[in-house]
Amino acid sequence: MSENTTTNILVSGIGGQGVMTAAEILSQTALAQGYDVKKTEVAGMAQRGGVVTSHVRFGKRVLSPAIPPGEADILVGFEPAEALRWCTQLRPNGVAMVNRFKQEPPVVSLGLFDYPDDPIGQIQQLGINIHAFDAGAIARDLGNFRLVNTVMLGAIANYLPFSSDILKNEILDRFRQKKPKLVEINERAFEAGQAAEAAS
Amino acid sequence: MSAVNPLPATDRRFMSGNEAVARGAWEAGCRVAAAYPGTPSTEILEYASQFDDMYSEWSINEKVSLEVAIGASLAGSRAICAMKHVGLNVASDALMTQTLIGVGGGLVIAVADDVGLSSSQNEQDSRFWGRFAHVPVLEPADSQEAYEMTQYAFELSEQFDTPVILRMTTRICHVKGVVTPGERKEFELADGFKKDPSRMVMTPSNAKHRIPMMHAREEEMKKFTEGHELNVVQDGSDKRIGFVVSGPTYMHVQEAYPEMPLIKLGLSYPVPMEQIREFSTQVDQLVVVEEVEPILETEIKAAGITVHGKEVLPRIGELAANVLRPAIGKLLGEEVPEQAPVAETKAPEVQLQINPADNLFPRPPTMCVACPHLGIYYCLSKIPKTSISGDIGCYTLGAGHPWNALDTTICMGASMGVALGLDKGRVEADKDKKIIAVIGDSTFMHMGMQGLLDITYNRGNVTILLLDNRAVGMTGGQYNPASGRDIHGEESLRVDFPKICEAMGVKPERIHEVNPYELPSLFKTLRTETKVEDTSVIITNQPCVLVDFYKHQPAFTVIEDECTGCKNCLDLGCPAISVTRRETVVKPNGKEKELAFVKIDSQACTGCDLCPKTCGPDAIVPLEGFSRQ
Repeated sequence: MSENTTTNILVSGIGGQGVMTAAEILSQTALAQGYDVKKTEVAGMAQRGGVVTSHVRFGKRVLSPAIPPGEADILVGFEPAEALRWCTQLRPNGVAMVNRFKQEPPVVSLGLFDYPDDPIGQIQQLGINIHAFDAGAIARDLGNFRLVNTVMLGAIANYLPFSSDILKNEILDRFRQKKPKLVEINERAFEAGQAAEAAS
Repeated sequence: MSAVNPLPATDRRFMSGNEAVARGAWEAGCRVAAAYPGTPSTEILEYASQFDDMYSEWSINEKVSLEVAIGASLAGSRAICAMKHVGLNVASDALMTQTLIGVGGGLVIAVADDVGLSSSQNEQDSRFWGRFAHVPVLEPADSQEAYEMTQYAFELSEQFDTPVILRMTTRICHVKGVVTPGERKEFELADGFKKDPSRMVMTPSNAKHRIPMMHAREEEMKKFTEGHELNVVQDGSDKRIGFVVSGPTYMHVQEAYPEMPLIKLGLSYPVPMEQIREFSTQVDQLVVVEEVEPILETEIKAAGITVHGKEVLPRIGELAANVLRPAIGKLLGEEVPEQAPVAETKAPEVQLQINPADNLFPRPPTMCVACPHLGIYYCLSKIPKTSISGDIGCYTLGAGHPWNALDTTICMGASMGVALGLDKGRVEADKDKKIIAVIGDSTFMHMGMQGLLDITYNRGNVTILLLDNRAVGMTGGQYNPASGRDIHGEESLRVDFPKICEAMGVKPERIHEVNPYELPSLFKTLRTETKVEDTSVIITNQPCVLVDFYKHQPAFTVIEDECTGCKNCLDLGCPAISVTRRETVVKPNGKEKELAFVKIDSQACTGCDLCPKTCGPDAIVPLEGFSRQ
């Protein structure tokens, strides 16, 4: 990465999935690497099941906090339909890292709208470089659904302008300080995410 | 309660604009901070409350928060109050006269405009208040500026003896950026409160003398803002256009047109008009990029300077780079690719090309799993012939699916007066309509109580649902007098709503406390009270699921074979219940009936026990061996 470019990461999902935490961890990691960082999210009523998107931008100097359409380097999609919603924000040759675990909103349950048949396939049809795997199942197998967050971060770790260990340590440090019991399981979740990315 | 993380121990800190304002105020020696929660300004006080040496409070409304700050200022302390844009409408009565009185210690009003309406009932431009109240307006462009300008605002306030408005927007409040903070400097006026009735008792005769002083102050400030260090020209090589920017548009314009010159107004009112005039001579065309209203544009034009503004740029929403490029491209006579009309683009996320996401379902905000309001709207949706006036809060969502049980929402407290008006203004065709008002505890205390008194005093026939969930739910569960806790979570007054209602003239037999999870008694009370021709108040008594004293119970599940697909439980609108499959059956009478079979997300379910009461075949049962992750 040259000095003057900005890395743009769009994290999208639903209120309560850990989108904002993932974006915060990415931001803090970049900050610790000496970058200028800006993070913005649209989450006014996110606690109530709405769409959450968080924009993380870092580089030598970041101006506008929102990633311009078509300029995202990485899309971290916590939910397939949400990934579809935001995938055209990617730049050419950008990468989409998508959790296959579906979450239907009440409007679909009520029969007012349909959930798309194959959101992952639709993203692929746009010619987007996509890695999709079931982070929900990985997290559940590890024993805690909340690990989805760490799994997704593990999956994008090789696409950042710094080494994957730096991101891993940032995550584990947070748990070392607050919940030391969860350090080991998060390390496994991170590595499972890396493996899922490599295999998909 | 929203979690607030402690500051990391490094020099460069990652702060939201809201946190930066709190930090800036604290460092400036501010001693009193007050606010009523409101998106996007809420976190200013959440952060302020972490500083032990600065008094902080949740006020019951914005007007009171400003009055508290005014009192503290006159007492000799620096003081800040924070609010969202519509909050300043409420506080404006105090502002419009305080501007005549001036200040003791610096007095700062941080007001956050919800540009793009992420969580508000309108999109209004608080910069007008600077003009209306003749007070200066500061507009930060990022967190570092929010931090610095907050500190400066106190100095400016004292220098010109005026309240100062710090105008934020959602993209300043909720954006995190790098801030390099400093240390706190203590401040207090040595002689404290000085009695001076000719200045502080605003009778007509006294006020008359203060008005020319206010105008003189504004004239002084006009000279002061010209060439002020916060109002700077940033040169550029491509002089086809020069931009006039303030607040977040400074960043957006640089992102879109890094090579073009601009004049950045950090102290944007009074407008440094001569500086703008001089700048306009250095560029081919002048364009003012301002979010929401064409305020600067109108004033620049009135000064006889040619400028482009809202005839090329949208009047609503954010003016991000992707909105600016096509609009400015046209002005430059460049080929602009086909796309959505500029006036219809409202957010930076707006898509400019046809894509498969266009037909995707929306994900509107919903009420929380197990929200105590669910049962209320379930019942309201099943009562015929109603007109339901609503209010500002989570329960505004009752207007949506599946309930469709809310007919008006205007502003804080309006459900009361509107209900009385619906009663008194009813036409013959509506004579049997039941008039119902729905209001939350916090909104009731904010502005609703006066409306209730008006209803009883004027013998209204209204059934009031006072949804007491003991928190300010929509903004994240902040405490209020119904919680029995103060801003720090410490025990405080817990207001007695039945007593208040009785004191306001509601007959004791017309006041009912109900558990919103007990559907039969809730429904019966509602039916009875809507039939009585008098003012009734039904008060619910279960807490918001977001507060830390909410108690989770073991989760429920659906026995698949027992579910008959009747869809009754779906009418609750609980997000933990979802449809697994649909079926159409033909009934004996030949009519088709749609069935929907359901499941419960047991990890999300809090075991509130509401949905089992809607289930005829008893298919919803406690989940055996359940453990919460």
